[in-house]
Amino acid sequence: MHKFNPNVPTGPLENRWEKHLFELALIAPQNRKKYNIIVIGTGLAGASLCATLGEAGYNIKSFCYNDSPRRAHSIAAQGGINASKNYQNDGDSTWRLFYDTIKGGDFRARESNIYRLAQLSCNIIDQAVSQGVPFAREYSGYLANRSFGGTQVSRTFYARGQTGQQLLLGAYSSMSKEIASGKVKHQSRTEMLEIIIIDGKARGVVVRNLVSGEISSHVADCVVMCTGGYSNAYYLSTNALGCNTSATWRAFKNGAYFANPSFTQIHPTCVPPTGDSQSKLTLMSESLRNDGRIWSPKSAEDCDKDPNDINEEDRDYFLERMYPAFANLVPRDIASRALKGICDEGRGVGSVFNNQRLGVYLDFSSVIEKIGIDKVKEKYGNLFDMYKSITGENPYEVPMKIYPAPHYTMGGLWVDYNLMTTIDGLFACGEANFSDHGANRLGASALMQGLADGYFIAPQTVANYLARTKFEEVGDDHPEVIASIESVKARIDKLMNAPKPMHSPDYFHKKIGTILWAACGMSRDEDMLKAAIKNIKELKLDFWKNIKVTGIESDFNQTLEKAGRVADFIELGHLMCIDALDREESCGAHARLEYLAESGDAMRDDEKFGYVAAWEYKDTDPTLHKEHLNFEFIKPTLRDYK
Amino acid sequence: MNFILHIWRQKNTQSTGNFVTYQIDNIDSDTSFLEMLDQLNEQLIDKGEDCIVFDHDCREGICGTCSLVINGHPHGQKKATTTCQLYMRDYANQHELWIEPWRAKSFPIVKDLAVMRESFDRIIQSGGFISVSVGSAPEANSQLINKDDADCAFDSATCIGCGACVAVCPNASASLFVAAKINHFERLPHGKIESKKRAERMINQMEEEGFGSCSNHRHCEVICPKEISVSNIASMNNLL
Repeated sequence: MHKFNPNVPTGPLENRWEKHLFELALIAPQNRKKYNIIVIGTGLAGASLCATLGEAGYNIKSFCYNDSPRRAHSIAAQGGINASKNYQNDGDSTWRLFYDTIKGGDFRARESNIYRLAQLSCNIIDQAVSQGVPFAREYSGYLANRSFGGTQVSRTFYARGQTGQQLLLGAYSSMSKEIASGKVKHQSRTEMLEIIIIDGKARGVVVRNLVSGEISSHVADCVVMCTGGYSNAYYLSTNALGCNTSATWRAFKNGAYFANPSFTQIHPTCVPPTGDSQSKLTLMSESLRNDGRIWSPKSAEDCDKDPNDINEEDRDYFLERMYPAFANLVPRDIASRALKGICDEGRGVGSVFNNQRLGVYLDFSSVIEKIGIDKVKEKYGNLFDMYKSITGENPYEVPMKIYPAPHYTMGGLWVDYNLMTTIDGLFACGEANFSDHGANRLGASALMQGLADGYFIAPQTVANYLARTKFEEVGDDHPEVIASIESVKARIDKLMNAPKPMHSPDYFHKKIGTILWAACGMSRDEDMLKAAIKNIKELKLDFWKNIKVTGIESDFNQTLEKAGRVADFIELGHLMCIDALDREESCGAHARLEYLAESGDAMRDDEKFGYVAAWEYKDTDPTLHKEHLNFEFIKPTLRDYK
Repeated sequence: MNFILHIWRQKNTQSTGNFVTYQIDNIDSDTSFLEMLDQLNEQLIDKGEDCIVFDHDCREGICGTCSLVINGHPHGQKKATTTCQLYMRDYANQHELWIEPWRAKSFPIVKDLAVMRESFDRIIQSGGFISVSVGSAPEANSQLINKDDADCAFDSATCIGCGACVAVCPNASASLFVAAKINHFERLPHGKIESKKRAERMINQMEEEGFGSCSNHRHCEVICPKEISVSNIASMNNLL
């Protein structure tokens, strides 16, 4: 295992990536075919990486759990992708994008990484356009931009509400070209269940064919994880139902450090849950808050009334009341926290679910009055239609109801500047790593990071690792390979044959989700977290005693898939709470209730907590390693939205 | 709400399947169609039975994974909608539902309601891309694209690859899927360069995969959840 060293270059910030690139070792084109690379997950980061490494001439084996790489959850990103092109001549620059991103992350990320991201942002747009991604354009034929997520410049490129879908199809098409050329061998409907580590180096994976249930090993010279985030740990989230932590969790249990697991982002404008059968929450664009006014009844007794029958003076426009300057446009975390607070107070609206009404109104009546229904339709028509199709209610006549939902996870596998984890030869890209968003992610920057990692960073740093490393020949009969296969089989056997099978995977998933949402969501405190840690330990014991999986393992068995993923979410949930407990400050997307000023403002503590918390797996409790963050170029400032 | 469900159960690709009838009661009208199936599966687990396999993922109508034929209609009867965006209130007047997988030779059934759509992936691999290498792209605004063309390209590019067009077609043709991709690139100046060759390769691959040809039934554009127009097929034919 290599040292816990961020390997950040020194010198002027502007030159660091270029200097680093020059220092990275290269592999000559004719030699690249001698190297084998495994890529797990083929969303934006994975597909773009497969395309790039394939074109370069390496042999790639890739896997995804979906039935096609085109279906990865990157498709769901609606808003757009940032790039500091400054096409709108509004003062944007690499430096400004860098500054906004680091400040948005509340100074919990590395300056060098983020500056590189801002530098690469422009090239991503060039690449995507050349692949045929149909970004929005002006009548002049030039690319259009908009301002997104509260930034003061228009730097967001978009393809209607489908930016993620279109970018993924671009990366997928390039990857398909390499599958056709034979450089990429891809297998869909396959899940990674173990990493093979030999002499301290990641040398392969064990996967399960989700259709046949067959377990197989695949060896290579290195492994790259592009497996996305873990919002699904909360059960109800905006993630696709298959999104999971299993690959990153296997990495953690094999020695890769997990960084800032409690840094999760909760999005304020989602369609609220309506009952026990709810399986996911749907996100609606944040742009709705530009014109909608958020309120709930002043009195809990009015909560079951028709909103149109509640008089103006009986409505509490709580964001306008609490944050007069920014009002309904306060940042995501502040809005989400206020919304949940109102519902916890008993002033939520909508259907009763677990003795609570989970929702507040987002009301467009004043803007409809002001600019007319046609203008509103033009601006928000597709979102209103979507809302109507989900809820059966017409937002032109009845206020929308919204509730926050987990949406993105800033935490992930700890990686150095080369995107390598603490296991040699194991890399992590995209949402699966922790690298660029600090304690809060800005809108339209997830797509940017996934593609920067996949197209431009990892292809260079992976090559450097391959060039500088000596590889022993490893066959499928190597003892470590056989041991990894055995451990996967033993775990499946345990899932299939619990001592007292009683409850489905969903039962346990809801349990862990409820615990995490209450104790490790957007507001936390010591007592809640300690209780949650205890409850999760008990839940884990309960799970392995009572998990009930029907059907057989050598078959297409979605219950078994789910059970394995939930088992990992329970363990990850434990680590999330431990990390949240350690962080005695309010920072980024979360408030520690003990560390809020009387005004409600977050109290960040740079002196004590200006670090990345990187956790190492231990059989007992995990060990914390701190990567202290140095701010050489930007002086950390306080966020203030009053 | 209470429903009688006739659901296609099939062990694997080789076996023959049949409808099995289930009864499900007390479904809330705001429950989505797939959440109703989740509840049925929970009941099957309770009874110790193997769950019904069905494909789904994002559950917000964009990933293209879900794929059910409900009372004879791929993605149900509602217009411009994927299966995951159907709610049980849409079925207030239909208490008996017949639920089947996509039916097409080129989409073999894997198990129960799930089918294999790798034939679509192979069609894209045969030519559904612009042959540009990473790193060699010119400045994005160096080539201007007429807004109408960009918008048309987008309209074709919204295809989510779900396969409903094949499932509804009497010929099990993939023409709408193939044409949408060809037309997406054909509308862009740098995509146009390879158009003819791209069309030939993709259409050949479509035939090789066993999909039928278009004979203008136009059911595909009616059923398409992204409302992709059949005029894409006409444009494709003009390239040949």
